[in-house]
Amino acid sequence: MLNMFTHARRMAGRALVGAAALALAGGGVAGAQETIKVGVLHSLSGTMAISETTLKDTVLFMVQEQNAAGGVLGKKLEAVVVDPASNWPLFAEKARELIEKEKVAVVFGCWTSVSRKSVLPVFKELNSILFYPVQYEGEESERNVFYTGAAPNQQAIPAVDYLMENEDVERWVLAGTDYVYPRTTNKILEAYLKSKGVKEEDIMINYTPFGHSDWQTIVADIKKFGSAGKKTAVVSTINGDANVPFYKELGNQGIKATDIPVVAFSVGEEELAGIDTKPLLGHLAAWNYFQSVDVPENAAFIKKWQAYTKNDKRVTNDPMEATVIGFNMWVKAVEKAGTTDADAVIDALIGVTVPNLSGGFSAMMPNHHITKPVLIGEIKEDGQFDIVEQTPGLIVAEEWSPYLEGSKDLIADWRKPLNCGNFNVKTGKCGGAGQ
Amino acid sequence: MSITRQPALLGTSGIIFLAVLFAASVLVPVLNLAVAPDSAVHVPTYVVSLLGKYLTYALLALSVDLIWGYVGILSLGQGAFFALGGYAMGMYLMRQIGTRGVYGDPVLPDFMVFLNWKELPWFWYGFDWFPFAALMVLLAPGILALVFGWFAFRSRVTGVYLSIITQAMTFALLLAFFRNDMGFGGNNGLTDFKDILGFNIQADGTRLTLFVLSALALGLGYVLCRFLVRSHFGKVLVAIRDAETRVRFTGYRAENYKLVAFVVSAMLAGIAGALYVPQVGIINPSEFSPANSIEIIVWVAVGGRGTLVGAALGAVLVNYAKTYFTSGMLAPYWLFMLGGLFVAVTLFLPKGIVGTYYDWREKRRRHDDIPAAPLAAPGPAE
Amino acid sequence: MTSRARLFPSLRVLCAALALLFAAALVGTFPGRAEAQDISGALGQFTSNKYDDTEAALGALALSGSPAAAGIVSALADGRLVFGGLPPRVFIEGEGGALLDPLTMQPVADAPPVKPVRVNNRVRRAIEAANGALSLVSPDAGKRREAALAVGRSRDEAALPALDAALAKESDPQVKSAMNLARASILIGKEGISPAERIAAVELVGAEGNQDALAILRGVPDSAAPEVKQAAAQAIEGIERNLAMWGMAQNVWYGLSLGSVLLLAAIGLAITFGVMGVINMAHGEMVMLGAYTTFVVQEVIRTSYPGLFDASLLIAIPLAFLFTGLIGVIIERTVIRFLYGRALETLLATWGISLILQQAIRTIFGPTNREVGAPSWMSGSFEIGHLSITSGRLWIIVFALLVFFALLATLRLTRIGLEMRAVTQNRRMAASMGIRTNWVDAMTFGLGSGIAGMAGVALSQIDNVSPNLGQSYIIDSFLVVVFGGVGNLWGTLVGAMTLGVANKLLEPYAGAVLGKIALLVIVILFIQKRPRGLFALKGRSIEA
Repeated sequence: MLNMFTHARRMAGRALVGAAALALAGGGVAGAQETIKVGVLHSLSGTMAISETTLKDTVLFMVQEQNAAGGVLGKKLEAVVVDPASNWPLFAEKARELIEKEKVAVVFGCWTSVSRKSVLPVFKELNSILFYPVQYEGEESERNVFYTGAAPNQQAIPAVDYLMENEDVERWVLAGTDYVYPRTTNKILEAYLKSKGVKEEDIMINYTPFGHSDWQTIVADIKKFGSAGKKTAVVSTINGDANVPFYKELGNQGIKATDIPVVAFSVGEEELAGIDTKPLLGHLAAWNYFQSVDVPENAAFIKKWQAYTKNDKRVTNDPMEATVIGFNMWVKAVEKAGTTDADAVIDALIGVTVPNLSGGFSAMMPNHHITKPVLIGEIKEDGQFDIVEQTPGLIVAEEWSPYLEGSKDLIADWRKPLNCGNFNVKTGKCGGAGQ
Repeated sequence: MSITRQPALLGTSGIIFLAVLFAASVLVPVLNLAVAPDSAVHVPTYVVSLLGKYLTYALLALSVDLIWGYVGILSLGQGAFFALGGYAMGMYLMRQIGTRGVYGDPVLPDFMVFLNWKELPWFWYGFDWFPFAALMVLLAPGILALVFGWFAFRSRVTGVYLSIITQAMTFALLLAFFRNDMGFGGNNGLTDFKDILGFNIQADGTRLTLFVLSALALGLGYVLCRFLVRSHFGKVLVAIRDAETRVRFTGYRAENYKLVAFVVSAMLAGIAGALYVPQVGIINPSEFSPANSIEIIVWVAVGGRGTLVGAALGAVLVNYAKTYFTSGMLAPYWLFMLGGLFVAVTLFLPKGIVGTYYDWREKRRRHDDIPAAPLAAPGPAE
Repeated sequence: MTSRARLFPSLRVLCAALALLFAAALVGTFPGRAEAQDISGALGQFTSNKYDDTEAALGALALSGSPAAAGIVSALADGRLVFGGLPPRVFIEGEGGALLDPLTMQPVADAPPVKPVRVNNRVRRAIEAANGALSLVSPDAGKRREAALAVGRSRDEAALPALDAALAKESDPQVKSAMNLARASILIGKEGISPAERIAAVELVGAEGNQDALAILRGVPDSAAPEVKQAAAQAIEGIERNLAMWGMAQNVWYGLSLGSVLLLAAIGLAITFGVMGVINMAHGEMVMLGAYTTFVVQEVIRTSYPGLFDASLLIAIPLAFLFTGLIGVIIERTVIRFLYGRALETLLATWGISLILQQAIRTIFGPTNREVGAPSWMSGSFEIGHLSITSGRLWIIVFALLVFFALLATLRLTRIGLEMRAVTQNRRMAASMGIRTNWVDAMTFGLGSGIAGMAGVALSQIDNVSPNLGQSYIIDSFLVVVFGGVGNLWGTLVGAMTLGVANKLLEPYAGAVLGKIALLVIVILFIQKRPRGLFALKGRSIEA
């Protein structure tokens, strides 16, 4: 016990020295130590390491690039990496450590919704900034969080539209892992499909646990559901690890994309790198970015990224692009505000526009979500995507879905005078139902 | 653990332990509140929450040591009792949010609103009332332990069989709580708490109070365990651990003894969970994961099984190591260190830190004094 | 065109082609070279590289009767149809990247830079349809049968005349029955045919008795005569009853398949934990190491000996056994051997080892999944009755049983097996009989680990090859061993299969999650009844 307390004190002491150094630096003592700290809160071990490690590398890469370009506000950036180890309470603890002890100006992090929910109170309490780079279920808009991933209307709905228009799909299997993102997305899709005249009996919804590995029964059910004489498609919100056995089983049972196409929202280049993609030819994914986007910006980025990772096979993916956009937005906002002070940067961020990697620009909207193009890709044999459709314009995120009972009257606008993440347009009050 | 001497309610190490706990619960608040933030001895709030978390883990480890160290029940499902206590507290905290949820629904928690639930499930009734929630913190894990233990001990399921079915139990609960249809928030669990008993949960004062309460719970838990193990009841427990069949032949109903210890241990774990949740701000099904329960066993082994103080010490040390190693340059290697630590402790400190210290002290005393009766620690029944 | 044809736009191509074939059949000749000139227009359409145009071009090609059509369609399917230049022209990419003129198949002199014509699912279906139409009169009986099946699936009335014409010429009985079935499928939904004809069609389709037949029978129009509806209803009921039985058998098969996976995962543990008493939490990591061995073997084969790919698993199995076995021996010599008689402490040490191994693999191979391919003999599926059996799963069952019996034979029949049993039963007695117990311990642990490694080779075929692979099997493995009875190999076999089948029989009723929970509860209750598992060892050795 004693041992620990001395350590605790030493820890506190170290934080103090850091703070003092910063204070001195602010006082005008120029030097190499003068840095702005950037927190990186991605799991490097445990079940989520599989997805999140790449994003840690992405932030480190962006920090290096930015420093090579002269840093921010004349100071170098310094990345502070912690490992929350796929453990949700540890996310909150590490977030607190980054903000309170390391005094980072901004944090890039989280993947799962539960990790975001876990750190949310910390960011609110300590008034810091989190950039969240993953597509998610929406139904949230917080002052301290900037969502650079897709909301459901920026991914799921365009994908379903594509299948209805181009593949004449009339029967739908909504298969997902049992957690909030699939649940919410499927609720939204169900309401959307019904509004398009799809009948109840033509929708099959199925949930499986995380890491589900025996798909024989479910794939057979899908096959059965698809043999009713109407064109059937699977909308998959199956999460990470469960995808590999799912696709392997699809291949084994001989379900080809020309019979029953599967469109996935959580399968990107990184996930496909672990699968033999030949049997998956033609299955689809909807994202806001693919590595195969054929524009010079993207080619340049991939080249630099592969040089940085010293691996010419290293892939890029959508959450990476979202991280890059978020990072660039933060840099731009800091330069606009002339300070890294959280309040000033939060205000400055709205309206910031930076180039995305698909040849256009993304803007931070007042709801703290960004505008995005939606791309539909078909899986090719080499594990890349053939982009078969791209929305003509940019799509603004619907953070509160109009298809859900509880949120259809809510909007978010963090500009003055509204300054509210859940404004009810019916009651005219901030705070949900506003009672 | 000596059978030849009647130990005092609190041995030397117990007194030191309680003194340190007391000192911490006085010093930490003082150093946090009264000392200026730029002083070298200031304890930031961040450290307060961290210490509070360690203390709840220590209480959890204590509950494991009671049944593993003294009854020989290796529960690989202790995390389930911890999580149940945590959920009971979490449900209370959820109900306290009231209309401050993002949807502003006065009754339903947010996760129910956006999944279109229309009314509160029956098992959420009563949790807006703190005394009821506090009762459930004890009863939920207690009743589960009672039912589970009643079946298992009566059927004389022992050793690894018992360990594996406790693991199956926590795994089944993990799967169940992951299901959104269960009404416990699925994978996201319960989070975004606001108040506890009317106090803002993020205020420094609340944090300090929770920290002091955790220290108090740990202290009382320790005294209770000490009291139990040195009573007649405790001696029967140790006897069961060492030779269950013989105890039964002597006329004791071994299963009842085991059951009482198991239920007490589950309730202690539940209290630890209830104190843990408001300090970390989230409860989620991953607390049920079997790996977590194994980790608790590791804490106890590192500190020293069957020493109580050791269990608490092990929990704090291992978790401090985890906090320390998961930041900074060492982050990519921390699993190597943690893994290496477990291997090293089993190989070189088989009795754990405190157990080894006791051995060393015993040896020195024997060396100094007249040779005492041999105190060979009995090989625990597996 | 019926409403159903609208669902499958690509089938328009098929119908058009079939109509043309029908016309050709009537005249008694095939379209001659006179029409072949139209193909240049179709080729021009490919260069716009829009899916609609590509589909239209395919339709035109199928109708053109040009001898070059088949070559162009297959080039498109393989991604060898390319375009480029100004104005853009279409080429076929030949061997070694040479550009060929699609009509003459002669190399082009001034080859411009080219891009392949893009293909999506819709175009792919159009390709299949065009191929189908071209092959209803193909000399290959197999292709004719495929085409007939495709027509049957389309249920397009427009195809009827062509089908009748093809039927008249068909001599192969198998193809003929497929064509008859296709014809009946169309007739069932056709307006204005006699009830007798429709009933005959219903009976013919009903005799198929499968899922597809069910879908067709449900398509009997409301306007049909009551006796037809009755016949259809009867046929549907019969099929459903029949399929329900087959469904049960299918579930049992799935259960056996899951059981074999559990068996593979648990069998190594049955040695290290069941026989030696080591609570081996690093067992899952041995499985993972086996899977990574497979990955490495395949990587080497891919880069150096691509021809050996189909044998990659056969090469990986012994290598995985040796490698993980060696790791097992090292672990036993450096850690486990100090812990005999302290079973619970082995739990801690092996838990630490498992963390180290996971992180080591993460450091070496990265945290993401690694790709392990399936050799061709493990891909695909076949049907026995209405039972669908995937080859991969079948091989895994076979492999699991082979491993099981090989292990059983090793323990029962070999000298080392005898020594292993002797040491685990009574170490001191064995030692005094001159058995080198240290060596036997190392070998036993190595054997258990090696078997786990072989299991990893098989599991790499159905699951993620990631550092977390082992974690997902460890709980189930322990459950199987304990359920079957510690120390009894037969118990492990029966336990794995029982749990697998029970899981799959519960799943359709309770869903994947509740089924699993129910199973866990059942196992917990079962252990109350039989506190030492299914096949309890009798005697004092386990009372300690």
